[in-house]
Amino acid sequence: MTESVPALRVENIHKSFGSINVLKGISLEAYEQDVISILGSSGSGKSTLLRCINLLEIPSAGKVYVRGELIKMRQKKDGEHVAEDRKQVERIRSKLAMVFQQFNLWAHMTAIQNVMEAPIHVLKLSKAEAKEKAEAILHRVGLHEHMNYYPSQLSGGQQQRAAIARALAMDPDMLMFDEPTSALDPELVGEVLKVMQSLAEEGRTMLVVTHEMGFAREVSSRVLFVDSGRVEEDGVPEQVFNQPKSLRFQQFIAGSLK
Amino acid sequence: MSSVIDYLPLILKGMLLTIEVAVLSLLISVLLGMIGALAKMSGSRIARSIAGIYTTVIRGMPDLVLMTLIFFGGQILLNNVGEKLGLEYIDVSPFVAGVITIGFIFGAYMAETFRGGILAVSRGEIEAGYAFGMTPMKVFMRITLPAMVRHALPGFGNNWLVLTKATALISIIGLHDMVFNALVAGGTTRKPFTFLCVVAFLYLLITGVSDIGIRWLDKRYSVGVRKA
Repeated sequence: MTESVPALRVENIHKSFGSINVLKGISLEAYEQDVISILGSSGSGKSTLLRCINLLEIPSAGKVYVRGELIKMRQKKDGEHVAEDRKQVERIRSKLAMVFQQFNLWAHMTAIQNVMEAPIHVLKLSKAEAKEKAEAILHRVGLHEHMNYYPSQLSGGQQQRAAIARALAMDPDMLMFDEPTSALDPELVGEVLKVMQSLAEEGRTMLVVTHEMGFAREVSSRVLFVDSGRVEEDGVPEQVFNQPKSLRFQQFIAGSLK
Repeated sequence: MSSVIDYLPLILKGMLLTIEVAVLSLLISVLLGMIGALAKMSGSRIARSIAGIYTTVIRGMPDLVLMTLIFFGGQILLNNVGEKLGLEYIDVSPFVAGVITIGFIFGAYMAETFRGGILAVSRGEIEAGYAFGMTPMKVFMRITLPAMVRHALPGFGNNWLVLTKATALISIIGLHDMVFNALVAGGTTRKPFTFLCVVAFLYLLITGVSDIGIRWLDKRYSVGVRKA
């Protein structure tokens, strides 16, 4: 089912760090309820692509449309690109929740405080509302008993599930995952993938940068393969995995463990 | 012994002044320190230069020299300026001069302590704050600052203790603090050693209580952190 306005549209994104060109013209569209897996080897630019969408990195060229709204950017005198409208960026970010590889939970707050923090201070919910919501979401990701624990007292899998809860609490239009299981012990990967799968089944719009081939193959509605800053494959999992067009991707899956 | 008891009220009065100056100077130094730290890490080259000069110059001179420069030199400067402008003779209060000077000096030390503390805050946590749509001010108040306190505490405690003892310098500019009164009493009774011991003990009392306070702060801001 395609909507007329894509949840996200990225047009010809370029990104350079100094003299290194990381993204060399990437375009993609994500519609409501799409679950897009972005695959690629280290240094391919897949994380940078994700970070260009919520402007944790500013693209050197190209356009980003979130729900049809163009993120305004301009170039400073010294050539550096910056966001034009800080308020617009903050507003858009509040609707695009991110889950990081290193969890990035706020260490001085408990799990439930982490989940409540942004709803209170960005969405301006009352403390009571935020708490009620947080408890429900933590229950959903299976952390109800650990909600008053600090991140340092949680396992990696628990921390990442708390981070997912934190993202969900913002009622985001789209969830972005930046290698969510890459920093986890193999035994803990499963519990996080399970949560992510349930979110996908719920109809959430998700952008997932991952190395988990199983997730890409079984759960996503679309698979992108990024190599050296360009999209080499873009299609439904059946097509991409069974009839890959690019040699690089064939090498990539041949070299991966799954 | 009786002479000690006779002069004790005087010494304690001086102690009160010492504490007053120390606390007020601390407030000023924390304010200047925070501004200095942020200036040193800001994007503006002007802010960075000014903050850099501030911390380098002020930390590079003896407190005694700075104190006399600011008090006596400041008085002369004000007199000259007042003369040229036809104003009346403006008196620089030694108390104000003392507090401002010490606050100013230790602002430089606090700036470096706070800067170190802020740099130690996990970049990922700060980034997460921005990623969720927080404004820079919110990120600073809700994430950076609480995390920074833990890292800045050892340096902060250090600065406070040194500051407390540096207040003894105000005796130079004529303020009747603990040391001043102790020297007076010692001179009068011809028992300087006795009174200096008393003062040393009272300083230990102040720093001892401070130690307890700092340890409490450390505990409070270390919740959730696994101690190495």
